[in-house]
Amino acid sequence: MNFVYERFLGGKNGAIGIAILAALIFLVFPLFLDAFRLGMVGKYLTYAFAAISLVLLWGYGGILSLGQGVFFGLGGYCMAMFLKLEASDPISTKIQSTPGIPDFMDWNQLTELPWFWIPFESFSFTLLAVILVPAIFAFIIGFSMFKRRVGGVYFAIITQVIAVILTVLIVGQQGFTGGINGITDLKTLNGWDIREDSAKYILYFINAALLFAVIFISRFILTSKYGRLLLAMRDKEDRVRFSGYDVSNFKIFVFCFSAVISAIGGAMFTLQVGFMSPSFVGIVPSIEMVIFAAVGGRMSLIGVVYGTLLVNFGRTTFSESFPELWLFLMGGLFIAVVMFFPNGLAGIWDKYGKKLTAYFPKKAKPALTQTDPALAAEDAK
Amino acid sequence: MSSNTDYALAIEGLTVSFDGFKAVNDLSLYVDKDELRVVIGPNGAGKTTLLDLICGKTKSTEGSIKFNNKELSKLSEHQIVHSGVGRKFQTPSIYENLTVYENLEVSYPKGRTVFGALMFERTDEVDKRIKEVAADIFLGDFLEMESALLSHGQKQWLEIGMLLIQDPELLLLDEPVAGMSVKERELTAELLNRICKGRSVLVIEHDMEFVERIAHKVTVLHQGAILAEGNMETVQNNPDVIEVYLGH
Amino acid sequence: MGDYTVQELTAIFAMQGFSGLSLFSVLLLMALGLAIIFGQMGVINMAHGEFMAVGAYTTYLLSVISEKYFPGFVQYYFLFAIVASFIVAGILGYLTEFILIRHLYKRPLDTLLATWGLSLIMQQSFRSIFGAREVSPGLPDWLMGSYQPTDMIDIPINGMFVLALTAVVTIGVYLLMYRSNWGLSVRATTQNRLMSGAVGINTKKIDRLTFALGCGIAGIAGAAFTTIASTGPTSGSLYIVDTFMVVVFGGAASLFGTIASAFTIAQAQSILEFFISGSMAKVITLLTLVVILMMRPEGLFSIKVRK
Repeated sequence: MNFVYERFLGGKNGAIGIAILAALIFLVFPLFLDAFRLGMVGKYLTYAFAAISLVLLWGYGGILSLGQGVFFGLGGYCMAMFLKLEASDPISTKIQSTPGIPDFMDWNQLTELPWFWIPFESFSFTLLAVILVPAIFAFIIGFSMFKRRVGGVYFAIITQVIAVILTVLIVGQQGFTGGINGITDLKTLNGWDIREDSAKYILYFINAALLFAVIFISRFILTSKYGRLLLAMRDKEDRVRFSGYDVSNFKIFVFCFSAVISAIGGAMFTLQVGFMSPSFVGIVPSIEMVIFAAVGGRMSLIGVVYGTLLVNFGRTTFSESFPELWLFLMGGLFIAVVMFFPNGLAGIWDKYGKKLTAYFPKKAKPALTQTDPALAAEDAK
Repeated sequence: MSSNTDYALAIEGLTVSFDGFKAVNDLSLYVDKDELRVVIGPNGAGKTTLLDLICGKTKSTEGSIKFNNKELSKLSEHQIVHSGVGRKFQTPSIYENLTVYENLEVSYPKGRTVFGALMFERTDEVDKRIKEVAADIFLGDFLEMESALLSHGQKQWLEIGMLLIQDPELLLLDEPVAGMSVKERELTAELLNRICKGRSVLVIEHDMEFVERIAHKVTVLHQGAILAEGNMETVQNNPDVIEVYLGH
Repeated sequence: MGDYTVQELTAIFAMQGFSGLSLFSVLLLMALGLAIIFGQMGVINMAHGEFMAVGAYTTYLLSVISEKYFPGFVQYYFLFAIVASFIVAGILGYLTEFILIRHLYKRPLDTLLATWGLSLIMQQSFRSIFGAREVSPGLPDWLMGSYQPTDMIDIPINGMFVLALTAVVTIGVYLLMYRSNWGLSVRATTQNRLMSGAVGINTKKIDRLTFALGCGIAGIAGAAFTTIASTGPTSGSLYIVDTFMVVVFGGAASLFGTIASAFTIAQAQSILEFFISGSMAKVITLLTLVVILMMRPEGLFSIKVRK
């Protein structure tokens, strides 16, 4: 259907980009990577959800949130609470002084499940919570800030403070949250062992499918009048306001939507990696999500997925062999991207990569290697 | 506070004070339907502030602004727009990285809520209206051009077009011919005379020749208050006005 | 609170209040620098904490050098270190503005990201040069010990010294920004860059010096910091969020606001800390700030302007 093609895929260029990325994620990675490496890619792709959320929010909306980790974490924690309760049945926790509650609660002398944990015994509630908890939280923040026209750097700073508050709270209240270690030792999902290799494969594909669903919906939003208004608001907020739009509502919506996307990433992280901890909530992960988006190209839904993969591959490679170098490199990357490549990989691709494809006009499908992260990295040099 | 009137726009006792400084001071102004009123005055007279007050960009300290007998001063900006008021800014304020067509489409008065905008479709009706307005503002041949590439004068027209597509009953234009060539000025004068039918237009302008060509009535502002009002000739011969413009 | 006698409570408030004053001093010194950079130039400097660490490490380095080579100097090196910290951090700030910041004035959000990158590089440099362990300079004897007005109250001398230092720097900043010609040029540049350039102010030079000054004051904060805590590669980053809150809460361009806000935040935090856990004290303080800022986004002290 033409409507789907234009609006969800983004026309010819969008469709080609999506096809290449899909081939990479659904075919190349699963075929050529072992289970361990594929698990790593799966983990990186959960960060890509947050990076995509920043394309909408920051790239198009001009609203820089330094608190996307908060929503990633909320989604992740909701899922982790459900899995933890399932792992803490009375039989496997019978050595505790209070069997049937999560181990860290027992260590912290809790004798019954706190009230806000109880609904997470239900899987359907958990799925709902993964979406609604971050959405409501984002709505409260967005409503109080955007209605009062707090924006720009103030918004960035306040979201950052919220990330700090939530981290300190989680670490401090270890009886309720598992503290600094987070929620660990997650085992099964409705009886299905998520630690097995087969489960990891299935979760990888579910994650990938969700990622594409998110890309499609985001593309639909960006190609609608709403998407053009987002751009318009970023550049000329007053003009939009005096064209009869309630600007704050538009901002609240994009903030909530981006929160939900990040949270889905967080929930998939918990499922694939098997734990959730405050180290994915605070300032550092939140700002790293921004760098994923910046490296990939803050205006490109596809670009940021490559950006996320590239930065994380880089981190893994470097911190294995030269851990000291990594921070220098990461810092340098921040500066270089901001100063020289504000549109990231996607911008470089637009500028140089398209010339490359022009040499192969006959080929119906561009070769995969052309958007290979390795090649893109060479472009970045 | 104030009673209903037959005027389209009735401003009474309007005052705004910034930390004690009264940029607009106890100002009353009435504009008829079908009238094109020009507000002139030296720099700092409060002209732009007056437009800011009407469209809700600045909130008044005292007084009332009634449009078709509806009080505007307590409404938020987008509600004021929905009541039929359109505002053009001093420097052309358009979306530079959208095309002319998209600029007009974004301003089209349908799909003004979040979900409305998500579901908004480019129907034939929308398309027709956009092309009609584009022709009105002399940009019919530039629909697919990225608006950043337009000349300064064309940008001014585009912004006026973005207001016209909403079919407002009151147009507020802040220096619409600034930066325009002589030819463009002529076209703009013709455009303004054409679009003031069926609505009220309030223009701020410095160019006296242009004012003479378009104004039905002129209001002279000075230090936030009205110094003189009437047709061009009366105002030009008013000793106070001469004093303010030439005296110092 | 029922378990405490009135006397004990008074002592607790006095001592916690004083420990709040030490926190206040460091926060204010940090915030003064940031308020100049953010309030006057609109630049978000995420590496501000690292400039503080530069000052702290400079102090440490001088202490090591004087212990090793000039033992007679150990009693006095600290005063010298304050000046040195200011100069070293100031020079680094000057270079940062020249290499990085000046290209990004029109993109405040990007400055935030670039300076975050800078902070990562600086942290790793500290780690490579000074090691990952925390270090403390040897303090001269006259900074040790404490003053005991009553049996129960015990006020450390280093705290009083830092407080005095803060007062001196604050007055210095006030005189510089509001009573000197240079300060006038800075404020003129902030308000109307084009016009200032037109009347003959070298706005580029002003930017560079303003940024250097802000960083230099962060360096002094670092020197002061060494007297109350030990310094590690990430010490600076621990204070950056609090410092931003101080500046934003105080109203970005108001010196008085910055002082009042640093005082309120430091006192609230340190008195709360005695009654509830440190982490909850922090949560409550920050949460209150966020809520207040949501109700009054322009900060506590700011003036209404005609835009």
